[in-house]
Amino acid sequence: MLRITGGRVYDPANGVDGVVKDVCIADGRIVPQVEGGRTIDATGLIVFPGGVDIHTHVAGAALNFARGLTPENMRRGLPFVHTKDLRAGLGGVTPTTFATGYLYAGMGWTTVNEAAVPILSARHTHEELHDTPIVDKSCLVLMANNEIVLDLLEAGEVERATHVVGWLIWAAKAYGVKAVNPGGVAAWKWGKDAKVLSGPIEGYSSLTPAAIIAGLAKIVDDLKLPHPLHLHCNNLGTPGNVSTTLETLKILEGHRAHLAHLQFHAYGGNDWGTIRSEAAVLAEYFNTHPNLTTDAGAMLFGDTVTITADGPLEHLLHQLSGRKWGNVDVENETGCGIVPHTYKPSKLVNAVQWAVGLELLLLINDPWRVFLTTDHPNGACFWRYPEIIRLLMDAEFRKEQIKALPPETLNRTALADIDRQYTLSEIAIISAAGPARALGLSQKGHLGVGADADVALYEEHPDSGILFEYPRYVIKGGDVVVEEGQLRNVSNGRQFLVHPAFDDQIEAYLRPLFQKVYTMSFDNYPVEIERLQEPDIKPCA
Amino acid sequence: MITLTLKEQPNVPLEAEMLSPDVMAALTNDEIRALPVYLGKRRRRLDDFFSVEGEKSDELAIHGDVVKVKWIGRGMTRGRITVASSVGMHLGAHMKGGSIDVSGNAADWAGAEMSGGVIRIRGNAGGQVGAAYRGSLSGMTDGTILIDGTAGLEVGMRMKRGIIAVGGLVRDFAGLQMKGGTLVLRSGAELRTGAWMVRGTIISLKPIKLLPTFSYASTYNPTFLRLYGRHLGALGFTLPYEDGDGAYQRYSGDACVPGKGEILVWKPPAT
Repeated sequence: MLRITGGRVYDPANGVDGVVKDVCIADGRIVPQVEGGRTIDATGLIVFPGGVDIHTHVAGAALNFARGLTPENMRRGLPFVHTKDLRAGLGGVTPTTFATGYLYAGMGWTTVNEAAVPILSARHTHEELHDTPIVDKSCLVLMANNEIVLDLLEAGEVERATHVVGWLIWAAKAYGVKAVNPGGVAAWKWGKDAKVLSGPIEGYSSLTPAAIIAGLAKIVDDLKLPHPLHLHCNNLGTPGNVSTTLETLKILEGHRAHLAHLQFHAYGGNDWGTIRSEAAVLAEYFNTHPNLTTDAGAMLFGDTVTITADGPLEHLLHQLSGRKWGNVDVENETGCGIVPHTYKPSKLVNAVQWAVGLELLLLINDPWRVFLTTDHPNGACFWRYPEIIRLLMDAEFRKEQIKALPPETLNRTALADIDRQYTLSEIAIISAAGPARALGLSQKGHLGVGADADVALYEEHPDSGILFEYPRYVIKGGDVVVEEGQLRNVSNGRQFLVHPAFDDQIEAYLRPLFQKVYTMSFDNYPVEIERLQEPDIKPCA
Repeated sequence: MITLTLKEQPNVPLEAEMLSPDVMAALTNDEIRALPVYLGKRRRRLDDFFSVEGEKSDELAIHGDVVKVKWIGRGMTRGRITVASSVGMHLGAHMKGGSIDVSGNAADWAGAEMSGGVIRIRGNAGGQVGAAYRGSLSGMTDGTILIDGTAGLEVGMRMKRGIIAVGGLVRDFAGLQMKGGTLVLRSGAELRTGAWMVRGTIISLKPIKLLPTFSYASTYNPTFLRLYGRHLGALGFTLPYEDGDGAYQRYSGDACVPGKGEILVWKPPAT
């Protein structure tokens, strides 16, 4: 039992905005009252619900490939030395599994959603998530280039496709569906991309990216998954791609959807020389369409490594930058590309990207529908979130930063004209309450009675970047994991998944297909539930 | 002067990056003795392996066979280290200034990713001298490495600036993916010299086997060699550059990158 007393509580989901009140915890949950037990004096501290990262890449085959491909980044990573409580590991751009848990918890984040898992490497992903301590986890499976699903959509067999998607989610022990560059990765296997939403995909006679987007959005709604279709649009990162993004949003009308890392999809201009921000156009669309949520995918300057299932994009990036390139073909399901990247403030393209991420966060009016992410590690590393919070909360600081960028940035973006400053309550929404709600995790992101006791206590500081960098206390599931700024007590996290309703007979359809085209036998394909650490199956309703 | 004498040969390589003037310059004898070294994963004291005489100096003299001691002079910015025998791997890696003088041989990765200072190896060197560590974009970015004896594989790999001069024969892939700087080979090199080189200069005083992606450009006497010759001459390393010393055949490449590097092969004067 634990009582946090005297702190200013920010719990926007329950309408609590900076009120000094007690937070009581028993059996890992928030309760109305406790008698006895430990008391933490939080006088002078602010009390936040534990952060929720709706889109990050922290585990799995692609990330592991990136770790191996970039030893130069690992060498520069913050070392975690083995102690009685902590396992050894490295921080840096692609932290090792244990370090990932320590770094998230050490920042006050307690739930993470691994956003791109091929079913074929789901077992590997779960093994890594198993070794990612403290935080609760969920993962999304890649579906928009899965050849079995695509063949069914082309044949118009949406009902059977729904059963297949349901079966595949359960086989991967996943929480939801991710679509990456719909059709584009399948086309990449022919050396092509899918740049036109209404055009047929290479290797198919009539199937279009638009049909995949509409089909998957419907399937996810029909399966009643708690998290809507999680979509990485076509034409990521290319000048003028805002038209593709808007076309995608129109296809999604009438469905729920979450648009991932919108920063990479909000560019105007005709080429790299004329690239400009179109964040305002997208923000206006979002402001009038409550069916949608998004995460910023904000970019910060510095070294990182880009990891995505979007194989053709990574090839383009490799050609543009000349940096080393890794490419993976995941049989019939998806692909993957990896290229290290350095975002430089002196480069106009990067300056525009930096501004677009912030513009989206500032111009979308409803903080409940735009969330704090960097598409870790693509835009920047997750442990740099406090830097973004400072840019959002301090307009003066933001304007100072713009001055250091190429002067042309001012003509290409509207960031210098935006005076909005986030309040602490709004930060709590974009970092915890909003993403938890979008993920459909009702016990996360708030401090109401019955919620998971995930709480972060920060010391008040005029510089919000410093405020959020090192929480004084972090409580995860009722355990005090960070105490006086030190990681003390390392607990294991739970794993959220869903078991959607599907017809068991679908196995009779899938088995022969598998035996014909997969390198893995059908019986070895699904991940056993025993492999998951503390599985928590969420209802589909 | 601080004198360190090895008293017990470690059974596995000893990681001793504190053997650097920057670390020891302000320390008393007792503090130096207590400095941590790593024997495998175990933390030990420096005086478990070395006897230490002297204190508070930026001149270090290391005695005894330290062939299993790694990272000597890592990241040093000033002062001088002299080693009376052969040294282990990563000598002077990331070094920024000062000088190191080794009487014996040096193992792999001497001067890797260094950015300043002088390393002199009077015996032979291993591979990856002045090179980039795996994955890094560039190797040494400035400074001078002089090797009297032979050197191993991938000497000057991805180096960006600075000079490496080798007296003896150099093994394969000298100047691999070189981005700048100068590599002087007094006794030539084995195979694939300058493979993937983007920029930079490799000077060989012996005929060498060239990759087919290097093409002959001209025979001339580069003006800059007078400057380099004098600089290296002052360090005891002679280059033929005077009138009547012959000429250099210039080969440009590596065309498969495509690169703007050059290999200059000395042609002695006709007698």
